[in-house]
Amino acid sequence: MQHTGKYVSILLILGLFLVALILLNISLGSVNIPVKDIFSSIFNTEVSKETYRYIVLDYRLPKAFTAIIAGSGLAISGLLMQTMFRNPLAGPYVLGLSSGASLGVAIVIMGATLIGGSFVALALSKWTLVIASSLGSLMVLFAVVLGSVRLRDTMAILIVGLMFASLTGAVVSILSYFSPAAQLQQYIFWSFGSLGDLSWAEVGILAIFWFLGISLAIFCIKNLNSLLLGEEYARSLGVNISQNRMLIIIATCLLAGSITAFCGPIAFIGLAVPHLIRQIFPINNHLILLPAVILGGAILMLICDIVAQFPGMEFTLPINAITSLIGAPVVIWLLIRKQKFLF
Amino acid sequence: MKSNAENITLKTSNLEIGYQDKNGIKSIAEKIDLEVHKSELIAVIGVNGIGKSTLLRTISGIQQALSGTVEIEGKTLNALNDLQRASQISLVLTNQPISKNLSVFELIALGRQPYTNWLGKLSKIDTEKIENAIKLTSIESLKDRKCYELSDGQLQRVLIARAIAQDTPIIILDEPTTHLDMYHKAYVVKLLKKLAKQTNKTIIFASHEINLAIQICDKIILMHPEKTQIDTPKNLISSGAFQDLFPKDLIHFDEISGAFRIKNED
Repeated sequence: MQHTGKYVSILLILGLFLVALILLNISLGSVNIPVKDIFSSIFNTEVSKETYRYIVLDYRLPKAFTAIIAGSGLAISGLLMQTMFRNPLAGPYVLGLSSGASLGVAIVIMGATLIGGSFVALALSKWTLVIASSLGSLMVLFAVVLGSVRLRDTMAILIVGLMFASLTGAVVSILSYFSPAAQLQQYIFWSFGSLGDLSWAEVGILAIFWFLGISLAIFCIKNLNSLLLGEEYARSLGVNISQNRMLIIIATCLLAGSITAFCGPIAFIGLAVPHLIRQIFPINNHLILLPAVILGGAILMLICDIVAQFPGMEFTLPINAITSLIGAPVVIWLLIRKQKFLF
Repeated sequence: MKSNAENITLKTSNLEIGYQDKNGIKSIAEKIDLEVHKSELIAVIGVNGIGKSTLLRTISGIQQALSGTVEIEGKTLNALNDLQRASQISLVLTNQPISKNLSVFELIALGRQPYTNWLGKLSKIDTEKIENAIKLTSIESLKDRKCYELSDGQLQRVLIARAIAQDTPIIILDEPTTHLDMYHKAYVVKLLKKLAKQTNKTIIFASHEINLAIQICDKIILMHPEKTQIDTPKNLISSGAFQDLFPKDLIHFDEISGAFRIKNED
């Protein structure tokens, strides 16, 4: 807290890095677009090729926005969960949200074949998947909130969330076992995650949820700092533990739930980004940690997306695999270099 | 030390402590009537499981009393909201999942949370109170260290400094001397004594260090299965209250030296 000036300048550097990455992200892909033409497309002036304008405005720009929202949103959920549970292994998945979403989508895709007929065609529509995934997440959220009202111990909520993950995982396995190959493949494709299929309207909806979730997180900053001492101390400092817990759970669900609904499950970002940020600059005050994690999440997601659509390649790799593939070695490298784990 | 009514910081009347759940009520101790005053250092003494922690949790508002009342500076504890309570009682606890990544200054600064704005920004007064707490506990040299760099004894002093920065008339400590060696045990209790006198605060701590408590504390809350009493160490010794604190087969209380001795015959 004494070195606020230093941290603010690091935040500014991260911000500049993010802007550069956004341009790079839009520029690179199966077709490389010069940065000059990106600006021309956005500000509606002369572009060297008319297809560039179409690619930038209708495909790459919404994808870059989605990457920023998804990366920062998941990273913030991870930070909230880690501070609330005082557990370095917590992430958005601990509340069982993505497993709930998976169950919803699995039931729609693989269950549709059991019913058959026109329902199969309906199951292919994107909005069906979004709704199924949201309903799945909501169901788990409802169970977790119910549990958190009854359970006084925060750790118990963590266990309940993990149990839900196992439970839904088991149901998905059974559904997979009875499903024909085509449906199974469609489900697996969903589970790869994707940043690229969102229209501007969908990005808008996602942004609203993001804004609500982040606002709640900002509202909780002071209580999150108190929780760094553990719940007993936080309570003695005047924090209403159960009310604060509910706010944090709702914020996480708004963020992680909406992102999973539109982009599919994206692993690792939520768990790793808060640790990466803590390793890069050892801060604890959530007033600084929150913007740093937002920037860090967005940056890591954009980097992963650049790799996933590797320049010159005709196809896009599954983003859910790339996030772990890139993120895990970075975390391991940082831990080994620093020789200590800060939490 | 005057014991007039104005100096009373904490008072319990006919307090019954214990747990209440679906299976019914489990009473641990009852008929607890205590009066404690400004600038008193008070130890809570009793055998394992007698309810020392439960008593401290109840008077600090973490746990509900089964019956009876707790009054803080004349106001009923239950009538205070979370924030009001935070400006009356501060705690020093053991085995909490504290982020060891916090710097000493940051940790002490968190003691100012009840007074800061919604973003937790420290005002000039806050910084002064923090600096003062650092000075009172003589940890100036540790100020910029991280908590993972501290020894157990140093961390204990930092946690005490945090409670002082919270600036409450009452500080409650749950076994602040566990995990410490003999020197640091004495150091911490002496420090608490000094703080009680210099800051006029009431400091209550649970401890198994009976010999230390008898030598230093102003008063002792002695918890027996039948009754809980508060008095000066001297009065408790002369009334023989320590004699039946423990089963008599292994140790006995020697009134002349004011300390427990292990039986060595046979």
